[in-house]
Amino acid sequence: MATTLKISAASLAALFAVLGDAGRRILGPAEVDGRIELKAVRTLAEVAGDQIQPVLSAKETAFPRVERLLSYRMAPGKVELQDYDPEVQPTVLFGLRPCEAAGFNSLDAVFNWDTRDKFFNARREQLTVVGLSCTQADDACFCTSVGGGPGSTKGSDILLTPLPEGGYLAEILTERGEALKDLAPALFQPANGEDKEAMLAKVEPSFEHQGLAAKLPGLFTSDIWAEQSLRCIGCGACAFVCPTCVCFDIQEEADTKQGQRLRCWDSCGLRQFTLHASGHNPRSAQSERWRQRIYHKFGYFAERFGGPMCVGCGKCSRACPVDMNLKEHLTQVYEV
Amino acid sequence: MEALRTKAKELLAQGEVQVVIGYEAGTAGVRRPCFVRTAESAIRLVWDTNCIGNLAGYLTRPEIKRFGKPAIVANNAVLRSLLQLVAERQLQQDAVLALAVAQDGVVTELPTAQAVEDYLAISPGGLSAADREKMEHLAQLSREERWTFWQRELERCIKCYACRSSCPMCYCGHCTMDCNRPQWVSVPSHALGNLEYHTVRAMHLAGRCVQCGECGRACPVGIPIHLLTCYAEESVHRQFGQQAGTRAKLDYALGAFRPDDKESFIR
Repeated sequence: MATTLKISAASLAALFAVLGDAGRRILGPAEVDGRIELKAVRTLAEVAGDQIQPVLSAKETAFPRVERLLSYRMAPGKVELQDYDPEVQPTVLFGLRPCEAAGFNSLDAVFNWDTRDKFFNARREQLTVVGLSCTQADDACFCTSVGGGPGSTKGSDILLTPLPEGGYLAEILTERGEALKDLAPALFQPANGEDKEAMLAKVEPSFEHQGLAAKLPGLFTSDIWAEQSLRCIGCGACAFVCPTCVCFDIQEEADTKQGQRLRCWDSCGLRQFTLHASGHNPRSAQSERWRQRIYHKFGYFAERFGGPMCVGCGKCSRACPVDMNLKEHLTQVYEV
Repeated sequence: MEALRTKAKELLAQGEVQVVIGYEAGTAGVRRPCFVRTAESAIRLVWDTNCIGNLAGYLTRPEIKRFGKPAIVANNAVLRSLLQLVAERQLQQDAVLALAVAQDGVVTELPTAQAVEDYLAISPGGLSAADREKMEHLAQLSREERWTFWQRELERCIKCYACRSSCPMCYCGHCTMDCNRPQWVSVPSHALGNLEYHTVRAMHLAGRCVQCGECGRACPVGIPIHLLTCYAEESVHRQFGQQAGTRAKLDYALGAFRPDDKESFIR
């Protein structure tokens, strides 16, 4: 399926107009009050250039922070139930970094593992991911330690890689990518053997994820979790910015006559996550919650789905108020 | 910085304290909390102008309390928090040894709340010039404009609770936000849920906020939420003439009753 083409910057700008005319919403990293956020954009010029990635991940486009699942109204002698189909529109996620694009593979696995989640899939099916290879990385990045890379094609429908002479290599990777290209095939030209690798940021691997996963079962009672988590303040910032964290909580907003059921992001780092109605909490200390986060991502998930639930994007490390640098902590665990 | 390391080493070696809560070098020049428990590891401690985080939140955390008596590397925000924690009976008067470090690196030991009070009387600190400017800007807006400003800011809130978790005064083991029988505050991070959360939090910090700005710094999506708690605090200061983080004995302005209250409705 994969074919490698080229697109000039002018043609890419023209593609934005074509996408707009075709009724596609385009979301891309844009600057808002000095922050980089994933925003609706109409032109390539609105897309922020020199930046690593937005604070929040793109998972919200398929797994929003609040999803209404159903509502109900009680009338004398009966209950009226109302189902919902999420309101979605065809969307192009433009300029997603390869790590974030790969994050969708983890979400797909979880939301289709036993039940096909109606809400997630309805949104996900409308997404076309146009990834953008990284030419720079920072101290939080560790994609190459978890099976990804600055030019990895995983999760993208089209992957663009900036070329030194201007323009981009455009790898058309999936049918969705093909369909997007076919909206304006004349904007693309054949590639002629450009060296993609030479363009990419250098991200040295810090550890090896299979080795890390193999190590975890023997470390459950290690002191390392308590030591690492001493400064963790127990908020949910890491999980909420994470492109692969999927935990949610079901909230009922109701009065005596009517209500609605909402699915809201949740985090294993929060004390209440495992608090039982009895008052007992099987993960009562922050060290246990930190350990769970690592074991879920690099142990349990890997056992079930064959790879880690982490793409090494570093969003958690950048968002953490107390610099719980995940790469640093994982390297430490790997080297025990 | 050397004076601080030497002092920490000495305190730990002599057993005067069991842990020194301070800053160490983190990712890309960031200064992050660290907990030094042996004289040999005092070398981890750093002190420079990047040490802006408020470490006082750790003083009430069970994981840290179990180490024994703490010393804490203290900027002025830490010192104000310490006083307020004593005022709210979360710490004993002499439970913490504060190590105030001056610009020139000189370390002053402040073993009691009284010593902290005396030290702060000379240089209280408070809101940064940039925050003061933002507060004044907000105060000049019309009520409608302020409402629009906060709606726009709070729209980004993802309810990760980093603001609450980073706040030294949010020490409650069971927060109102987490009560679900009954559910006082709407949980989802939709418009109403976010508004209720931040308004309730600001109200709970009115008269208690030490204006360290930690909640605003902690916010991953950059909401200047400390401006809201600081505003509530200053409102209490204006109306009740007392300020959190200035005295070790301080009644909670919104909870204390005096027979000579100037308002007639309460008598």
